[in-house]
Amino acid sequence: MRKLLLPSMIIIAASLLLVRIFYLQVINDTFKLKSENNAIKIQYEYPERGYIYDRNGKLLVANQASYDIMVIPREIKNLDTLELCQLLDVSKEEFLEKIAKAKIYSPRLPSVFLPQLNKNEFAAFQEKIRKFEGFYFQKRSLRDYEVDFGANIFGFITQVNEKTIEKHPYYKSGDLIGKQGVEEYYEDILRGIKGVKYFQKDKYNRLIGSYKEGKYDTIAVQGEDINLTIDAEIQRYGEQLMINKRGGIVAIEPKTGEILALVTAPSYDPGILVGRQRSKNYTLLYHDSIAKPLYDRGLLAEYPPGSPFKILTGLVGLQENVIDEHTTFMCHHGFSYAPGRFMKCHGFGPHQLNNGIYNSCNSYFANVYLRIIGKYRNTPYAVDTWSNHVKSFGLGQFMGYDLPTGRRGNVPTSKLYKKIYPDWSYSGKTIISNSIGQGEVLMTPIQLANMMATVANEGYYYTPHIIKKIKGEQIDPKFKEKHTTTVDKKYFKPVIQGLFDVYNFGTASSLRVDGIDICGKTGTAENFAKIGGKRVQLKDHSIFVAFAPKDNPKIAIAIMVENGGFGATIAGPIASLMIEKYLRKKITRVDLEKRVLGISLRDQYAKLGGMKEASAIESTPKDSIRKYNEVKTTSVKDTTKKTN
Amino acid sequence: MKNQSVKKNIDWICIIIYSLLVIMGWLNIYSSSLSSMEETSSKQLVFIILTIPLIFVLLFVDGKVYEKYASVIYIIGLISLAGLFVLGKTIKGQANWYSFGSFGIQPSEFVKSATALALAKYLSDTQINLKNTNRQLQVLSILGLPILLIVFHDPGSALIYCFLIVVLYREGLPAWYIWTGFIAILLFVLTLVLEPEYVILISLLAIIIVYLKSRLADRNIIASSIIFVLISGFVLSVDYVFDNVFKQHHRDRFNILLGKAVDLKGIGYNTNQSEIAIGSGGLFGKGFLEGTQTKGGFVPEQHTDYIFTTVGEEWGFVGSVVVVALFVTLLLRLIYLAERQKTKFSRVYGYCTAAILFIHFFVNIAMVIGIFPTIGVPLPFFSYGGSGLWGFTILLFIFLKMDANKVNEW
Repeated sequence: MRKLLLPSMIIIAASLLLVRIFYLQVINDTFKLKSENNAIKIQYEYPERGYIYDRNGKLLVANQASYDIMVIPREIKNLDTLELCQLLDVSKEEFLEKIAKAKIYSPRLPSVFLPQLNKNEFAAFQEKIRKFEGFYFQKRSLRDYEVDFGANIFGFITQVNEKTIEKHPYYKSGDLIGKQGVEEYYEDILRGIKGVKYFQKDKYNRLIGSYKEGKYDTIAVQGEDINLTIDAEIQRYGEQLMINKRGGIVAIEPKTGEILALVTAPSYDPGILVGRQRSKNYTLLYHDSIAKPLYDRGLLAEYPPGSPFKILTGLVGLQENVIDEHTTFMCHHGFSYAPGRFMKCHGFGPHQLNNGIYNSCNSYFANVYLRIIGKYRNTPYAVDTWSNHVKSFGLGQFMGYDLPTGRRGNVPTSKLYKKIYPDWSYSGKTIISNSIGQGEVLMTPIQLANMMATVANEGYYYTPHIIKKIKGEQIDPKFKEKHTTTVDKKYFKPVIQGLFDVYNFGTASSLRVDGIDICGKTGTAENFAKIGGKRVQLKDHSIFVAFAPKDNPKIAIAIMVENGGFGATIAGPIASLMIEKYLRKKITRVDLEKRVLGISLRDQYAKLGGMKEASAIESTPKDSIRKYNEVKTTSVKDTTKKTN
Repeated sequence: MKNQSVKKNIDWICIIIYSLLVIMGWLNIYSSSLSSMEETSSKQLVFIILTIPLIFVLLFVDGKVYEKYASVIYIIGLISLAGLFVLGKTIKGQANWYSFGSFGIQPSEFVKSATALALAKYLSDTQINLKNTNRQLQVLSILGLPILLIVFHDPGSALIYCFLIVVLYREGLPAWYIWTGFIAILLFVLTLVLEPEYVILISLLAIIIVYLKSRLADRNIIASSIIFVLISGFVLSVDYVFDNVFKQHHRDRFNILLGKAVDLKGIGYNTNQSEIAIGSGGLFGKGFLEGTQTKGGFVPEQHTDYIFTTVGEEWGFVGSVVVVALFVTLLLRLIYLAERQKTKFSRVYGYCTAAILFIHFFVNIAMVIGIFPTIGVPLPFFSYGGSGLWGFTILLFIFLKMDANKVNEW
């Protein structure tokens, strides 16, 4: 059988080869990936992001060209190191270090030598670039902020992280993405769609032509421009008034739900998150956990609303028919609602709805609340009835606005009280704090503003939103949907009159603006902090809500100043100034403006601690209007894009 | 009249497979050299066209001439190998070329045919009995001479001659040669994978088991001891040779194959890249001229020794199966033809042809797909190179001529 040796060897050997080839080609698929990695180069073409304008068409955010200086170490020849270092403003040590790094990465491939030079930094180098063989530049597009305010509205641009890449395969490592604000919420619209070009590489990683004649290549789609509902003037003014204070301002146009201003303080100049200083500045902002400049207080800060909530207590009382305009309750500097339980009040004497509101009488609204809860024998049912009325003002829920952050706030229901009092042992008296906006009720400034817009509209609101117009696209139709409250229109009139009288006879009588009928309500919210391990009561948060003019409301506003004290001392004046600025475009009460601008609560905040370096960048860009004007006139726009 | 009988009697199956392999080979060379060295494929086309007159000459020559002049051809072949020491030109680290201006010739490609002829001649000349030790030494020296002359320039080719022992076995060489060879290879690999001490221990255990299992009368303590000493000596010498005689690049080739070293940029680069190229082909391949690895020139020597990577990448598993199947059909057909030869000379020669083609085919593809150390052995009819193509064509067509002649012989 010696004849069989060679034939059997042939067959065994051939089978062995086929098994191995089958394994390589069919079973093991890692080679495909490896092949793509080493033979195909993907090059992206990044479209410019869309511009951002305000409601009046003022340009807020554009783009600027920025230049990365690139180097291919192998191609450096006859270099005048000294001249290069001077032109680019780097030391010789830095130069050597950067070249060494680039060499380690690859002597043949381009590395970034110096990233993100601006036009001025680049100009000198550009003239002489021919002298520096091995160096060239790459143009990129970065955000160019035309204003030094609105950082919380815009958000910022950053590199995508691993998590995002996993979730959205559109993004590749090193891509930029909008974070926070409209840059995040309208990312898809502003971003556009990047173009892709596939190239065939050779073994030295050199491109040797397009892959499959560009069959898979795509062209970049430009990002769309958007108009915000923000009014740049009052936005800037609001931020200016909030210098050296912490808190939030939200202004809404009642008729449309458009957000006119969204101020948070402290904030920062959006321009500091662009360019060579970006990462240093971001780190400072990010780590400032006390002042939290990246935290949008207008959207996120939940507080017990205090007195402004009395508006709702009154409205629900009228709707539930437990009171009318003339129902009177007595106030004896307070109200003893149960044996040994006394709610303090600054008022005295008989109170009806009108003076109940303008005197902000605790006793009056506590009594109204007791009637609302006492109307039904079933307390949980009564609580839920009240709760549903309140919720119909958009409270206790996410409002559905077009910004990426928010809080629900809280409107207690019978469910919550069942948890707190499992034996049903509660009544109106137990939860009476709700009547004056303390207790379990929590609201964010934007919810407060929306509540005022609803009152101004006498019973309806549109979901607050910040988008006015998208080029070539409709805005979300949900922002055109009218939400009607469960409180009938007729009950709003007396309440609005009460709010108007706050300025006539009440807590804000010193804040009147001649010629503008403002309806408003002061508020204060107690707050506590842990300092050195001890629970300390801090100065109250100053709260104010308002809308104006009374008969054809154009602006509804909510202001919250942390540790600002009584509502009429800081928040109230700010409201008057904002309203006047918006309706008249100028300020007649210069005295008031001067006083507010001069108020600094830094001493209060210093008790809480915080970072000194961070507080420097929070405030510096906003110290003067002069600087703002300077920026406006001298900034050179990159107009290359907008020729079409 | 004679030519007519050749046309009628020649084995057309072999000719068709031969033509297919040459054409497919050229297409793949064309693809692999498209981006970098375009003149390569046109050169190969000239080589291919020149095989046509060569084939006519081979078929025209009387079959008996090969037998008559086998010894002369063999001696000329040996001289041409010996001449390399003096006149050889070094190309890619191997001094196995004669250079004529821009043209080079690799004599070792032709000496394979000469050696096959010499073996056939020797085994057919006399009533030779390969059980005879003297005869064994004589016939082995026919293989040994070219090995001695080539091993320093081109160790890969030396391996080819060793494999002809399989033909000798077919003609009566005792089986223990094959066993010894097999065990030697096994011990060699084991020594590289394990430590020599373990291999010696394992061999000792095996010998003791065989000793105890055999019948009392067959037990031979002296023979067993000698075998053990020989094995231990072999294992230790493998270890020594590997560490001290082999050059670093030889060691690397083995180490990488055995998974002992990973060096994807250096010596491991070839194998890694060829595996990537083949692996990325998938079931149906990327299509003719669409191989990204091929275009990028990632696989070194792709048009010569690594030509099979192009097949794998552009034609996929299906293409690979076709190529392997064509080779297997050709080889089995040659063995079938050899077995039906009337003369011992043409049978041995036919067998040698099959064996030489097979060992090239196997070692080449096995190397490319990473199951054999990197040895410079071309894929017959496929790889770029005039000497190789003509050498294999001569080898094959001498036999086909003999086969066609068998009816009107003597």
